[in-house]
Amino acid sequence: MGNQLKFIQGNEVCVEAALYAGLDFYAGYPITPSTEVAEHMAKRLPQIGGKFLQMEDEIASVCAIVGASLTGHKVMTATSGPGFSLMQEGLGYAIMAEIPCVIVNVQRGGPSTGLPTGPGQGDVLQARWGVHGDHSIIALTASTHQDVFEMTVHAFNMAEMFRTPVILLFDEVIGHMREKLIIPEEGEIQVVDRLRTSVKAGVDYHPYLPREDGRLPMSDFGSEHRYNVTGLFHDMWGFPTGNPGVVHELLRHLNDKIKNNAETITRYKEYYLEDARTVLISYGCSARSALHVVENRRARGERLGLLELQSLWPFPYGLVEEKCAMARQIVVVEMNMGQITRAVKRAVPEPERVVLANRIDGVFITPTDIKNILRLFQGKGV
Amino acid sequence: MAKAKLKEHLINREWCKGCGICVHFCPKNVLELDAQEKVFAARPEDCICCRLCEIRCPDLAIEILTEKQEASENGKSA
Amino acid sequence: MAVKDYIRERFFPHLWCPGCGHGIVLNSLLRAVEQLGMSKNEIVMVSGIGCSSRISGYVDFHTLHTLHGRALAFATGVKMSKPELNVIVPMGDGDALAIGGNHFIHAARRNIAMTALVMNNRIYGMTGGQYSPLSGYGCQATTSPFGNIDYSFDIAELAKAAGATYVARTTTYHAKQMTEMIRDAVLHDGFSVVEILTQCPTYYGRRNRLGDAAEMMDWYKSHTTPIGSKAKEENPSLIERGVFVQRDKPEYCTEYDKVIEKARGGQA
Repeated sequence: MGNQLKFIQGNEVCVEAALYAGLDFYAGYPITPSTEVAEHMAKRLPQIGGKFLQMEDEIASVCAIVGASLTGHKVMTATSGPGFSLMQEGLGYAIMAEIPCVIVNVQRGGPSTGLPTGPGQGDVLQARWGVHGDHSIIALTASTHQDVFEMTVHAFNMAEMFRTPVILLFDEVIGHMREKLIIPEEGEIQVVDRLRTSVKAGVDYHPYLPREDGRLPMSDFGSEHRYNVTGLFHDMWGFPTGNPGVVHELLRHLNDKIKNNAETITRYKEYYLEDARTVLISYGCSARSALHVVENRRARGERLGLLELQSLWPFPYGLVEEKCAMARQIVVVEMNMGQITRAVKRAVPEPERVVLANRIDGVFITPTDIKNILRLFQGKGV
Repeated sequence: MAKAKLKEHLINREWCKGCGICVHFCPKNVLELDAQEKVFAARPEDCICCRLCEIRCPDLAIEILTEKQEASENGKSA
Repeated sequence: MAVKDYIRERFFPHLWCPGCGHGIVLNSLLRAVEQLGMSKNEIVMVSGIGCSSRISGYVDFHTLHTLHGRALAFATGVKMSKPELNVIVPMGDGDALAIGGNHFIHAARRNIAMTALVMNNRIYGMTGGQYSPLSGYGCQATTSPFGNIDYSFDIAELAKAAGATYVARTTTYHAKQMTEMIRDAVLHDGFSVVEILTQCPTYYGRRNRLGDAAEMMDWYKSHTTPIGSKAKEENPSLIERGVFVQRDKPEYCTEYDKVIEKARGGQA
């Protein structure tokens, strides 16, 4: 074990995990509460011969990582709140041009500059719909440092697997909290490498023609295949087209490649769900308090359980429906005004069973907060 | 170096948009636009192979072929 | 002609209007690349949005057609991650200096070895003729129906002040000079900027009664002069052409290699 055991901030965990996953290029712009990601990258990347760039803003940061991904590198940027808003344009480009990359959003209270040092989970729907136009997206989250590590590696894997940007939605509590982390041994977590084309030089290579298994092998800029990359609707060579058939196909492809692989993408944890009559659903820092409540009540014989979501988008509708089948009450614990609650209501029959336990004042939601809300729902008064 | 001798004005009529830049700047008044607004060499015998038309053509539609230099596109359709 | 070895012929004739100067820029650029004798696999062209940006679709290099104003940011990622590539970034004046102005000055400040070609036609052509930050005071555009009150940037001065280490200006009339400048800019080990005055007869020319494409090029001939010429002294309104800056300064990717060396305790 030795130096594999760490006691570090969540933001640093994210960096270590990214390096584990093979990242060697990062571009970013300082913003609270994600800045430590950049600081740690600036130190760690040159040590392994990678590149760290501090760009002039978040727009430039996301654009720079897309450029670097095209030369064959695993890339990432990290930001918070307003910076995530600025990145939407580049994020949309990466979706359209199918460029693997990871975008970390260490959420703070919003809208606007909001609460720079206060936690929030208000960007969940922005992660889903911040980009204009119909599209699909992968967004992952975590509640412990060990999970931050795993989900960060998973994010890189999904980005490579589906040639798409992946969002890591952390929050201020997770980003700044220090707790134990055991860095997995090499090979302990599977790492998906860039799939490169086997098409030989001189043979027509189609950067946007999916193989039978749906994956699209890439070719690094600088190698023998020269092709075009654009944010416009494009044909299988990457050249702009307005052909209705091609446009339709591409839009379907961009959405279906995520939707049809939801099972591969989905990650969750469950606690005491077998006989739970009250199911808490939570994610990120809120799930820590939710788990505390569940364990506390279990000790007193109450049939509470927790479903912790680690992938928020694509939303695991089937999973939520299945896990809540026996529940009399479903309590979604999140630090916003019900962004995942809405999805849960759509997932389950009798959506009147679904209630929200939240806190939106920039203060971490505690087990006591959740207990008080539960008492209210159960008609016991506070 | 011997002076280049004109072999041909290779004009790609498909690409020419008839903007008239080559006609305007030809120092020997060799070029004209035809009825379809495409350039043609009206007085090729006056051409001094200065290539000002070739390097200023926005449509890459003119190439001056000289005796010593064969078209690079030999055998290919332009 | 050999320059055809560098284009994607199937997309010709191109989409630019008759007489558009952007085609002359493409023509000169291809000749510069031919002179450089580089392999097409070594060249990456990164462009933004607008008439100018469509140039990337026509050249047979690695081509990245990006977002409005962001070409230099994407290009920085390409260059930094694979410094052996030659990165050429054609941009329009609005693309480079309005929406992309911040990226422009910061790329210059870093002195990262890329070539910015600013195709300055003083108008937003793709959207139908709105004034740009280079249109000039008093000009007519669809968004300045009563005359423009915005003053222009001087691209060369801006690039110089921001730290670019090769700065030049020419016009589509001076096509041979343009080829030489693009060639030298690509060879330059640092951030290089070539401003090219390029006519938009369709929107800028027509609305400002400047005549057809050839007449606009005549204007470039009569209203420009070599840097430091006597003509400029006599007539300060003339626009100077030539190389404004050409100097050595440590290049960004090379500097980062030193960072890597330090981070590894002296072992490269």
